[in-house]
Amino acid sequence: SARVMPTQERKLFSSTLFHKIFKAHTSLSLKKCKGCLYKISTSMVEKGTSLLKMMEISVAEAEKRTGKNAVNMQETYTVYLIETRPVDAASEGTNPVPDSLWRRYSEFELLRNYLLVTYPFSVVPPLPEKRAEFVWHKLSADNMDPDFVERRRVGLENFLLRVASHPDLSSDKIFYSFLTEENGWKETVFETGFQAKADSRLKALNATFRVKNPDKRFAEMKHYGDELQSVISQLLRVRARAADRLYGVYKVHGNYGRVFSEWSAIEKEMGDGLQSAGHHMDAYAASVDDILEEEEHYADQLKEYLFYADALRAVCRKHELTQYELEMAAQDLTSKKQQREELATGTIRTFSLKGMTSKLFGQETPEQREAKLKMLETQIEEGEELVKERNAECEEFVKSAWVDIERFKEQKDHDLREALISYAIMQISMCKKGIQVWNNAKECFSKM
Amino acid sequence: MSASVVDNTVSSGNSSVAIPTDISGQILDLDEDDELEVFSKDTSTTQTDGSSFNASMQTSPASMINQYKFEEEEEDADTKDIFVTVDNPESHVTAIETYITYRVETKTTRSEFDSSEFEVRRRYQDFLWLKGRLEEAHPTLIVHPLPEKFVMKGMVERFNEDFIETRRRALHKFLNKIAEHPIFSSSEDFKIFLTAGSGELTSHKKQGPGFLSRMGETVKAVAAAVRGVRNRPQEFTDMQEYAEAFSQKISSLDKVTQRIVREQKEYLEELKECGPTYALWSQSEQELAEPLKNVAGCVDNCCKETEEQVKHLNDHLIPVLHEYVLCADTLKAVLRRRDNIQADFEGKTEALATKKADRDADSKVLSLAWDSLVGRSPEEVKQQKQQKLKGEIKEMRDELDKAEDRLEWANNALKTDWTRWQKVMRTDLRSAFIDTAERNVSYYEKCLAVWESFLQSQRTDAEGNGNVDSS
Repeated sequence: SARVMPTQERKLFSSTLFHKIFKAHTSLSLKKCKGCLYKISTSMVEKGTSLLKMMEISVAEAEKRTGKNAVNMQETYTVYLIETRPVDAASEGTNPVPDSLWRRYSEFELLRNYLLVTYPFSVVPPLPEKRAEFVWHKLSADNMDPDFVERRRVGLENFLLRVASHPDLSSDKIFYSFLTEENGWKETVFETGFQAKADSRLKALNATFRVKNPDKRFAEMKHYGDELQSVISQLLRVRARAADRLYGVYKVHGNYGRVFSEWSAIEKEMGDGLQSAGHHMDAYAASVDDILEEEEHYADQLKEYLFYADALRAVCRKHELTQYELEMAAQDLTSKKQQREELATGTIRTFSLKGMTSKLFGQETPEQREAKLKMLETQIEEGEELVKERNAECEEFVKSAWVDIERFKEQKDHDLREALISYAIMQISMCKKGIQVWNNAKECFSKM
Repeated sequence: MSASVVDNTVSSGNSSVAIPTDISGQILDLDEDDELEVFSKDTSTTQTDGSSFNASMQTSPASMINQYKFEEEEEDADTKDIFVTVDNPESHVTAIETYITYRVETKTTRSEFDSSEFEVRRRYQDFLWLKGRLEEAHPTLIVHPLPEKFVMKGMVERFNEDFIETRRRALHKFLNKIAEHPIFSSSEDFKIFLTAGSGELTSHKKQGPGFLSRMGETVKAVAAAVRGVRNRPQEFTDMQEYAEAFSQKISSLDKVTQRIVREQKEYLEELKECGPTYALWSQSEQELAEPLKNVAGCVDNCCKETEEQVKHLNDHLIPVLHEYVLCADTLKAVLRRRDNIQADFEGKTEALATKKADRDADSKVLSLAWDSLVGRSPEEVKQQKQQKLKGEIKEMRDELDKAEDRLEWANNALKTDWTRWQKVMRTDLRSAFIDTAERNVSYYEKCLAVWESFLQSQRTDAEGNGNVDSS
């Protein structure tokens, strides 16, 4: 598939390597993060040319650091350990120590911004949320909270794996050095000059402009992105509230445990049955913690696609921008051509100040007209070049972006379906636990 | 007082025991007819020397307690010979008021009933009357509580459907508990309640101890309560402590269960929004539309199950816990009444002792001055005084003996009924908790099935999507 190649150094690996297929390598086919149910299936890895075939990537740990920030103030922040290991080594049976380096969240953000600017036609994988949102009462909204840090670690690993398995992004040099070069990486990124592009891109994306002939598919995709974002937000909100309530239901059962225990002290025959039933009630109350922790992973999966919706909309917006620029150039060309025609035939159809002044103060000399015509001709030539360029850009963009959008659609359908299945599995597990606890309680009650 | 009814309620095969004359004489004086019917044979077995204060049922020989227990063992389902149902609430409107009556149907093989089936209509007031009569007749027996007159919490109107249904269930339980009680079930008032037409019932209600005698009893009770008990036997103090503790625990359980219901309802409210959100999402999707719609359906099904589960808690566990909260109050009241009876006895004992002291003192003190004034000889006066005191003392002694018997009676009745009540309580609460546990299991089983069917549907159109085993 055709791609708009960035002008910096390109893929590191030869095509022969890319075509190696590591079918049996389980660490590729099911990259399972600790406690996380994200899966990058074999089919996806095989389809594209991806870094993931070459190296194992993980975000193994998180640590707190303190240091001075840009304005020389003391701050505490978290760093994450990125570990990489060539795939060959592992499959050969030896287990070498992985290469590793520490990165903080802001560096991940920098990487992503670079990718956004450099690959505008790609649906760039999102980062885990900056601040905890959609929290229910037990969950902390504090960025320093260990549970939040852990979930973020998992999310960052997922981000890296997504990028590493993306057909276009995985071969980016900056991405590779992010994974492998601890020092000087930031400077390297800035040297690419992407920031300038970032600023103009940001301005353009925030500007309002009307496109006359957008590609219908992109308009539909943008609309879809809006809907996806809205419905997933709603779902996350509702789910968080329901989780809160469920927590309450389970925890109140803990009171049964306490009262049964106290009650058993004053009863003779009923005592034992009550006491042991009470223990099961305590177990029931405690079980909700694990249940909701698992559900949080499901919420994280939904969140990823909430943020993906944004990335999708960004691509559609970029299309609108390129289309708009094309239309502007075409419009400009048309008006210039018209001006030439008028000048050539002497008819003034379009209003121009020159025209008015020449009417008032007399016509211009033939030499002046000749000069003007020549200038217009040049401009028209340049204009036609520009339109051709922009047209090509547009077409190229549409082609590449649509390829990635299709890829994204497939990925999304697959991943979300998996997420729904894992949700069902979680519910089943919760029901099984409930059945067990209440059957046990029932037995104790029978002994009352 | 008829002796004929006794035989049916008391199990046959019991050895007849001779009734000591002094006790039987006192029995006749009591105006509590119902008690007589049952106890005439039984009270013979209580020993008046006070040695029957025996906490353990098993070891007291040939006592009323044993008798009672014997009867109790016969109360298996197979030997149950009276079945009462309360149903069919109907509203009645008169010029003065609107009220609800309930159909009370009785099926019985007991011979003291004229027929084997009865159907009457009764209102809440009638149940209250019956309860009052039973408590009057048996102050130290434990009468199962009636549902409350009003439910203050929430906005429950008297004629709200749920309220009526809850009340009906409670009234049904009340009558059945009476029917299952060895002593209450043979009460004449109970029989009339079950069988009399409304006119007959009204006129019967008008009989019974007159206003003045009831006032007299109340005054006695108040006096006794004020006096207080001096030497309460340890076992009754233990019972009091138990009643207090039980009351606390059962109230806690009631509150906990109500809180659970509240939390479940709030959970349900939130869950109800999940299904529609998944359904909304499915409208934007193509490949994902089917699984999303499926999940929406599953969540909606789980909502229904949750709703049923909450309803079950409300309709079954909470009423039982609530009944036993009221029972705890009954226990305390019964213990209070027993204390009053003891206080009455202690009071009378004291009074007699004082009178005796008076008599002894009198023989020493010569109120010569007064007597010479009156113009009688000291000897005459002394004789008159002595005669008078002797009469008073005899009267008081008779009263005291009656009070002593009443006390013993009350104590034994209470002890036996207490044990019986504990058994019934244990059975009731055990089955209520088992029922709740079973319902919870069933709830989770149904939800499990819902989600497993989802997995099944996804498996059938899976294109090798990784593993789907439950972890």
